[in-house]
Amino acid sequence: MDKLTLQKKAVEVRKNILTGVYSAQAGHPGGSLSAADILTYLYFEELNTSPESTQDPDRDRFVLSKGHAAPGLYATLAVRGYFPPEEVKTLRKLGSRLQGHPSIQYLPGVDMSTGSLGQGYSAAVGMALSAKLDQKDYRTYVLLGDGEIEEGQVWEASMFAGFHKLDNLCVIVDNNNLQIDGPIDTVCSPYPIDRKFAAFNFHVINIDGNDFDQIETAFEEAKTVKGMPTAIIAHTVKGKGVSFMENKAAWHGTAPNAEQYEQAMAELTKAGEALCQM
Amino acid sequence: MSDVKKIATRDSYGAALAELGAEYPQIIVLDADLSASTRTSVFKKAFPDRHINCGIAEANMAGIAAGLATTGKIPFMSSFAMFAAGRCFEQIRNSIGYPHLNVKIGATHAGVTVGEDGASHQCIEDIALMRTIPGMVIMNPSDDVEAKACVRAAVEYQGPVYMRFGRSKVPVINDRPDYHFEIGKGTIVREGKDITIVATGLCVDSAVTAGRLLAAEGIDAEIINICTIKPLDEELIIASARKTGKVLTAEEHSIIGGLGGAVCECLSEHYPVPVKRVGVPDVFGQSGTAEQLMEYYGLDGKGIYNSVKAFLQ
Repeated sequence: MDKLTLQKKAVEVRKNILTGVYSAQAGHPGGSLSAADILTYLYFEELNTSPESTQDPDRDRFVLSKGHAAPGLYATLAVRGYFPPEEVKTLRKLGSRLQGHPSIQYLPGVDMSTGSLGQGYSAAVGMALSAKLDQKDYRTYVLLGDGEIEEGQVWEASMFAGFHKLDNLCVIVDNNNLQIDGPIDTVCSPYPIDRKFAAFNFHVINIDGNDFDQIETAFEEAKTVKGMPTAIIAHTVKGKGVSFMENKAAWHGTAPNAEQYEQAMAELTKAGEALCQM
Repeated sequence: MSDVKKIATRDSYGAALAELGAEYPQIIVLDADLSASTRTSVFKKAFPDRHINCGIAEANMAGIAAGLATTGKIPFMSSFAMFAAGRCFEQIRNSIGYPHLNVKIGATHAGVTVGEDGASHQCIEDIALMRTIPGMVIMNPSDDVEAKACVRAAVEYQGPVYMRFGRSKVPVINDRPDYHFEIGKGTIVREGKDITIVATGLCVDSAVTAGRLLAAEGIDAEIINICTIKPLDEELIIASARKTGKVLTAEEHSIIGGLGGAVCECLSEHYPVPVKRVGVPDVFGQSGTAEQLMEYYGLDGKGIYNSVKAFLQ
């Protein structure tokens, strides 16, 4: 899939994020939008999985350890054909498969129930370990928030993954620099993130996580790394793609009102149209 | 009775894992730097490639177990009850219980019989904690025979299971040809009509001793062994309560939220009768030998006998 097509898909994903969060009048748009390009690349290009192979034991795994970016995951799965995009409007509603945080009990295509920070990462390590034990070729990808890595369990998991040389594991940190209470370097700074992962025996790649060329290069590089897991530190913009949400901690877990939703959708529609003229 | 065979249920855990390892290649045993104590070292010796030491990082171990389970493995995460159920409560709740993954938790060194290590290591809250997790099976075996049966039953059961084992040697009381174990089924150890003693874990042996002392005084106690605390064999307990009209529970656990709590919840809704809970009262444990602590908290045969006598007056 060429870059332009990916960019168009990412616009669709972002629109579905907004629609889901607007419909729910709750949820986490900021960290979903920052990760939208990474999620789009994963599901349209990188992961060896599909709507038909959600139970295939040899499929690649993806764990959204920053489970609050569920609107981002759901939007991506919808655009990828796992379920009708119309269903994103059921986000967070009683009886919906789209629970506030992803659950394997509710939605096929979700590889691990997450939401409590730090925990999905350990499960992803378990999946990668299982592949090593069985000498299987599937790879496991896990997306962490940059605030999430303040959790101690993240470093327990990193120690284990590095020690066990899980080169079939690819960690992506969505480094949008904002957590609920503000910039991560003012709350309880985890910086330098890259050097921390390097210290735990990871191959580390720093990229612009909203740039498909850099995302592609990083994932391709990760697959060539042997004897150590890879950590991609993806420098992203929280709220990316919606002007008034960009770089604002307030949009971590706030839903837009009708006027804001219309403005956001208009901006994204315009961005989509611009891509069509390229 | 001094020549009765005694085996710690943690030894049974290690032995059962090693035995089942050949039969079930999906079994992966995880430990957190306590394999010599939890006895998973026995499994490690037999199946070194399927024993994963996670280091002193229990929360990650719980998550790794969850991840392994999603791929079809049958992981046994092993640590002391304090660090399994206590430290990892939320990991077990969110990464194992909520997704209902096929993870088995082998928690050794439960209760006050950890002994000399003292209150920091004496987990008397684990049953209460685990009971609140929907879909969690909780087993607290009374001896070597039952402990090994529990491990096998856990492997054959699909879903999360919490198993509670002890550090100190306890008498083998179920070594008989007709012994049969089934998850969720209690057993009547002694039939009686005057009072029901519902016991779990090593308190089953204490209850049997108490029953003997009571019988000598003409008190006919019915003794029930509840190994599976969740799901609870309510039918058996209600039937016995109907017969005796009085129930005493006995467990090496806090009187809050464990077997006593479960039995009270059951009886108050279905057949209210007076209940006395014997266990560790609402206090932390302390250092001492296992035997001394059992006596101190009234969990040995004599202690349960005394509680029954006081209850009946």
